[in-house]
Amino acid sequence: MATRSKEQPSTPAGLPAPMQDTAALLRELVAHLRQNQTQLREEWARRITRAQLLTAMTEEEIFAEATSVYDNYVEALETGTFEALQAYARNLSERIIPRGVETHEVVGIVLLLRDVLARSLFGKYHEDFDKLNRILDAYEPAANRIANTVAVGFVQERERIIRQQQEAIRELSTPVLQVRERLLILPIIGVIDPQRARQLTEQLLRAIRTNRAKVVVIDITGVAAMDSNVANHLVQTVEASRLLGATVIVTGLSPEIAQTLVTIGVDLSEMATVGDLQGGIEEAERLLGYKVVPLEELAPKA
Amino acid sequence: MEVPILKQGHYLIASIQSALTDADLSQLREALIQRVGKFRARGVIVDVTALDVMDSFAVRTLRDIAHMARLRGAETVIVGIQPEVAFAMVQLGLTLKGVSTALDLEEGLAFLDRQAQQRVERGQGRIDRG
Repeated sequence: MATRSKEQPSTPAGLPAPMQDTAALLRELVAHLRQNQTQLREEWARRITRAQLLTAMTEEEIFAEATSVYDNYVEALETGTFEALQAYARNLSERIIPRGVETHEVVGIVLLLRDVLARSLFGKYHEDFDKLNRILDAYEPAANRIANTVAVGFVQERERIIRQQQEAIRELSTPVLQVRERLLILPIIGVIDPQRARQLTEQLLRAIRTNRAKVVVIDITGVAAMDSNVANHLVQTVEASRLLGATVIVTGLSPEIAQTLVTIGVDLSEMATVGDLQGGIEEAERLLGYKVVPLEELAPKA
Repeated sequence: MEVPILKQGHYLIASIQSALTDADLSQLREALIQRVGKFRARGVIVDVTALDVMDSFAVRTLRDIAHMARLRGAETVIVGIQPEVAFAMVQLGLTLKGVSTALDLEEGLAFLDRQAQQRVERGQGRIDRG
């Protein structure tokens, strides 16, 4: 569809007759929507409040956003292009998602606007049924496309944010820490899915090589649940670490996890375990030839 | 491609420089076992740092080397397994169970020294003639 500037009432010469008609109808429709924008926007904002949508936002905020959405909506109707609307939808979503606005609310308000505008058209053309039909024929496809564009834009933004958060969580929770020469600690917290387990193992192996670690203490105090997949990942991590010359001590097994491991029948013969992290570190230090003594004991003999 | 085998004191060090064919691996195994006997070596180090990938035959050969060497009185250490290789191995279930491993050559030598030390302390091999 050709883009027309708002100022010129142009005659789209060269377009086939039906399209000419549609183009002219759309122009008439857009003019009507612009003329009545204040009242229609208010009607829309009222219906939003009545439907109890956007409760996370204040009335002023709703009105401000309503103005932008309305202008973009009419612009899309007028130009027949949706890139600007898409960009606006993503921008809007970026702003309102952190405020807790949900998908059904966004879809809801767009459909409400569609309805408000449609009813306004009914009101204007109700005496000329034939014209009303033709106006709606021009309006409907565009309005559908707008609703679709906004809703999809919102959902895509949500998915993008979710992916971002997942990535952040993954990075947050897998630090490999060196607490002594040749001794690494890997505290695992939360849920371990196969992807995270793989990342953990790769990270640990690289750290073993970089730090030339000889002992690794893997603490699973913070691991919520253990199933056979996770248990196998753990066993694999222990074995892979051994191939790099490092001994692994697993600490922090809860009674539940201990029971699960035994029930599953995981081969624990290669895995050294100690009840808690403190015990694990002490054992690791012993293996490395360290002994920690209180300073008093080091006092020179009389 | 013949793998160079160096003698360092009582130890033999085989340093793999590039990917080996099955034939090369078998030849390495033969060469090491022969030399363990010839030099009465107490330890064998196989350095696989240069290997990007290890298949089941390579892993089996390393295990064979370790077992055979032990039968002839030498301890074997595999060193230099890369993180990616280690990960792939455990995923495929290729284990080096029962075979000692160390991070690199330095660690491997330290390991063999400790083993030798412990053998002396335990008085291994001493038969009481009393």
